[in-house]
Amino acid sequence: MSSLLRVENLSKRFGGLVANDDISFEMDRGQIVGLIGPNGAGKTTLFNSIAGFYAPTSGAIWLGAQRISGLAPEQCARAGVGRTFQVARTFGSLSAVENVMVGALLRDRSVARARAHALALLDFVGLAAMAGRAAGTLTISEQRRLAVARALALKPQLLLMDEVMAGLNPSEVHEAVAVVLKIRAQGIACLIVEHVLEGIMPIADRIVVLDYGRKIADGPPADVARDPAVIAAYLGDEHAA
Amino acid sequence: MDANVSMLAKPAVTSWRPGLAPLGWATAAALLALLPTLVDSPAHLNLLILMLMAAQLGVAWNILGGYAGQVSFGHAAFFGIGAYASTLLGLQFGVNAWLGAALGALAAAGLSVAIGWPCFRLKGHYFAMATIAVAEIAQVLFTNWDCAGAAVGLTIPMQQQGLRVLVFASKAPYYYLALGLLLLSLAAAWAIERSRLGYYFRAIKDEPDAARSLGVSLTRYKLVALAISSALAALGGSLYAQKELYIDPGSVLHTGLSIKMALVAILGGVGTLFGPVLGAVALTGIEEGTRAAFGGSGRGTDLIVYGAIIVAIAVFQPNGVVGWWRGWRARRAARSGSPS
Repeated sequence: MSSLLRVENLSKRFGGLVANDDISFEMDRGQIVGLIGPNGAGKTTLFNSIAGFYAPTSGAIWLGAQRISGLAPEQCARAGVGRTFQVARTFGSLSAVENVMVGALLRDRSVARARAHALALLDFVGLAAMAGRAAGTLTISEQRRLAVARALALKPQLLLMDEVMAGLNPSEVHEAVAVVLKIRAQGIACLIVEHVLEGIMPIADRIVVLDYGRKIADGPPADVARDPAVIAAYLGDEHAA
Repeated sequence: MDANVSMLAKPAVTSWRPGLAPLGWATAAALLALLPTLVDSPAHLNLLILMLMAAQLGVAWNILGGYAGQVSFGHAAFFGIGAYASTLLGLQFGVNAWLGAALGALAAAGLSVAIGWPCFRLKGHYFAMATIAVAEIAQVLFTNWDCAGAAVGLTIPMQQQGLRVLVFASKAPYYYLALGLLLLSLAAAWAIERSRLGYYFRAIKDEPDAARSLGVSLTRYKLVALAISSALAALGGSLYAQKELYIDPGSVLHTGLSIKMALVAILGGVGTLFGPVLGAVALTGIEEGTRAAFGGSGRGTDLIVYGAIIVAIAVFQPNGVVGWWRGWRARRAARSGSPS
């Protein structure tokens, strides 16, 4: 009934630069929402505000009944927001399973149980065979999935994924899409920043489009793809019908 | 007995892990326990004690600098607080040395948290620079504080001896105290390595932002690392005071001491359990060797050696002796094709 994530009139300024300008949207439980837009549209800034890395200049962000805007990142994690980064930010001095354990230890202080939980999650993202490997030796694609497993270990209600598919080959994109669908099947909402549109368009319930810090479209993928404002933003005004 | 050990050591190269490891540990423990009876010269026994004490300080430093990645060049402040706390409590109030050392460790931990709170707002090099400033301030304060003996220092009287006051005429008891304290510190590091704290510390060192996104409060866990690290360093300071029976700001609070603690861990291998022990053996050996070779005219030679070691580590082996050893074993295993 009530939405899981509610972003209300969110603005974020860096000095004179307005990175996010009066953005509002909502997300329901178990939804996949794609956040797209040209470079510099403010997608990552919006992400960082939701995950607690930036305090918004004005506006509010709600997760269920809890206002999370202005909280520190570790408090947002506690509240139920998991995130990945554009670069994987793997813990290089730990093994793959230990990377995931760092997340799991937030909900369960027992190292043994955290390890069991982490192994299950590695299996979930298809990295079970890599559990004991030094995490820094995994491929980029594997490190991205490792970061997803790590965030899932928090048992989040909302998972923010920042360009999980960028730089992957088609079969790797396919694997990543399969993982996202499995995550949704568990009732976790996914907000995905993505440049790889053929990855996100088929699986998203809704697409939110940003351009120059403003929301210019919000709706089902098929509608958004036909939206003249979106086409103009991506291809330039002369292509708009 | 020696022959036995060397015979057992041969097959150990290929598969020492399963059966022989406990035997190796038992032999090492027996050797360490018997060492004072085997070493005749007090000078050699003193060298062993210095190695144990340096190793203990390296282990203490490593908890903050190695595992949590927060490099401190001011740990002499905590060492000094430990030395002064147990000494002053004993001299002024007759507090026994054990309790004095424990209170010193608590004081150092408390103070480190008070200092760490603002300093941890600084990152990387800036944090390291702040720790230098803190240690310098501590040195100036104690040099001018009359109740703490000011620049003259404090002397622990030898009239009373024994376990209660931790004053002994011979070196051997200090050997066992230093060994015990090193084992305590290693046990603490070992336990941390395997616990939630250890994973959090390494996550903070590797990728602080990712650690935060997983619910790890940077300030809180850096402070925990600092408090444990400084408490252990303070215990080392109390032991130093009991062994030397004389302390002054120049001996327990000087910058070289801070650098030595860091160097012991860095030379051996940061963030490894036994790295600081190896580093301490090597560094103390070099230091005492140059002292013996150059004598009084060579004052400062050890600092030249420190500088050379820092350059050599930075250029050739940033992971220290342990890193070099692991790399060598990995290459060896790859060559023989059987990682066993």
